[in-house]
Amino acid sequence: MHSRTSILFAVLTVLTAFLFVLDLSVGAVPVPLHDVWNALTGGNCPAGTAKIIINIRLVKALVALLSGAALSVSGLQMQTLFRNPLAGPYVLGISSGASLGVALFILGAPLFGLSDTFASLGIAGAAWLGAASVFVGIAAVGHRIKDIMVILILGMMFSSGIGAVVQILQYISREELLKAFVIWTMGSLGDVTLSHLCILVPAIAVGLLLAVLTIKPLNLLLFGEEYAITMGLDIRRSRALLFLSTTLLAGTVTAFCGPIGFIGLAMPHVTRMLFDNSDHRILLPGTMLTGAAILLLCDLVSKLFVLPINAITALVGIPVVVWVVLRNKSVTA
Amino acid sequence: MIQLRNFSIGYGLRILLDRVNTSFCRGELTALIGRNGTGKSTLLRAMAGLNGKYEGEILLDGKVLADMLPSESSRMLAFVTTERVRIPNLRCEDVVAIGRAPYTNWIGRMQPEDREMVKNALRSAGMEGYARRTMDTMSDGECQRVMIARALAQDTPLILLDEPTSFLDLPNRYELVSLLRSLAHEQGKCILFSTHELDVALRMCDSIALVDNGVLHHLPVSEMLASGHIQRLFRTPDMSIDKLCASFRADISGRDLA
Repeated sequence: MHSRTSILFAVLTVLTAFLFVLDLSVGAVPVPLHDVWNALTGGNCPAGTAKIIINIRLVKALVALLSGAALSVSGLQMQTLFRNPLAGPYVLGISSGASLGVALFILGAPLFGLSDTFASLGIAGAAWLGAASVFVGIAAVGHRIKDIMVILILGMMFSSGIGAVVQILQYISREELLKAFVIWTMGSLGDVTLSHLCILVPAIAVGLLLAVLTIKPLNLLLFGEEYAITMGLDIRRSRALLFLSTTLLAGTVTAFCGPIGFIGLAMPHVTRMLFDNSDHRILLPGTMLTGAAILLLCDLVSKLFVLPINAITALVGIPVVVWVVLRNKSVTA
Repeated sequence: MIQLRNFSIGYGLRILLDRVNTSFCRGELTALIGRNGTGKSTLLRAMAGLNGKYEGEILLDGKVLADMLPSESSRMLAFVTTERVRIPNLRCEDVVAIGRAPYTNWIGRMQPEDREMVKNALRSAGMEGYARRTMDTMSDGECQRVMIARALAQDTPLILLDEPTSFLDLPNRYELVSLLRSLAHEQGKCILFSTHELDVALRMCDSIALVDNGVLHHLPVSEMLASGHIQRLFRTPDMSIDKLCASFRADISGRDLA
């Protein structure tokens, strides 16, 4: 292992841990860092503070940590699979597919009257289905058409089309359901409850584990599918793994936090630049750390200024994307 | 090494090759030539296992290619496509190391012998000095050599290359084909590459496979020249082929005078 890589991993880990603790301390009621520490370790601190930290902020910070890692890993997988530096779950419409699933569920499910656990499982399931169907659509078209621009444009069209359908759904929905949905679309890490966490944590954990299995296939896919096959890649199995992994990662985050853009698109590029490498054995853990760190940071900012999270991620991510477009005029990922 | 048995391939109703029977041996460099659109790439892709829509059989050391898993065939044959691969932030030694994929574990861990193979492959391709460079700062010829080093690291008895000399200038073309020639002769590999460079093919290769309206003529260079197939297929009013120096000569002298 090169020394620069080891140092970067160490720095990113410490930074992520620091942001995590800071995220626990910042909020409507600022809690000093030593109280945060005491609350976490069961030490001496006011009972009310411990409750805020453990029951509310810890859940939220965990969601930020996992969602950031999940979105950026999903983006990395899409960029390598489609050999497109501008691919990501949001750009390709996979997040929109998940949104449509959630829209149908939020606006339609109360008709059936489901309990909270069932509702959260239903939201997740609807998001997975939505994400999976868009992914299948894009992959089917992308397999026949080699031009990466076409895939990008199709992704945008998918997103816009789904956006239109969602608007129609909103237009014909009852007011209180509409409000719930609109708030969801703004994206929020804070609406996740403990019962949601029981689905979110295992789903993302499985998604990330599957992603680890895609490391070698992704390295081969850097050369394109034909080279990958002649170097022994089982293309069907690899596509299936990538499909499952991305659906779980992007779908789950979208289901519980709303459509959060630009993390999946921008963080793989930041990681490539930081590590000066394209080897997924380094990129995958690297993007997990940068993704987690940036979403924790975005959460901090959104709490400090009381702003919706996906506005912050867009403002943080867009400069990175502009930089990628300007730098990548001639080079494709 | 690789054998075509009653091999037919085509697009829709158009037949590109019809019931071809031939084989390519170890230690031999063969050029696959033919006019544009006659099916050179189609044949190479089928032989590389990337196109299964053909009739007849392709045998690799006696085993049917179509029945082999990618993990098996990737230890038998390596392919260099026409696609120009430029991966940013990936050093040449890492590119070549990916060629070890058929032999590494699920995460691609390199063993000391894998690293040795990568070093040797870079040396054979004459790219030792480029190990730490990235491909986005290199010329087409250098990138092509790195991709060949990657194929060498794959340690296969058979290497197929689709138009490896296009994009290269004349000196680079000769250098590249002489590299292929020494790999075939010194390392005993069976190498087949498609090309439009007739003169390079006739001067440097052991045998020529010529695609001619559905037929594949596969003969040693001297017999190929004697057969007259090339002259017939490639002759235009202004060109002739000199058998002795095995090169093209443009017949422009005297035309204006006549």
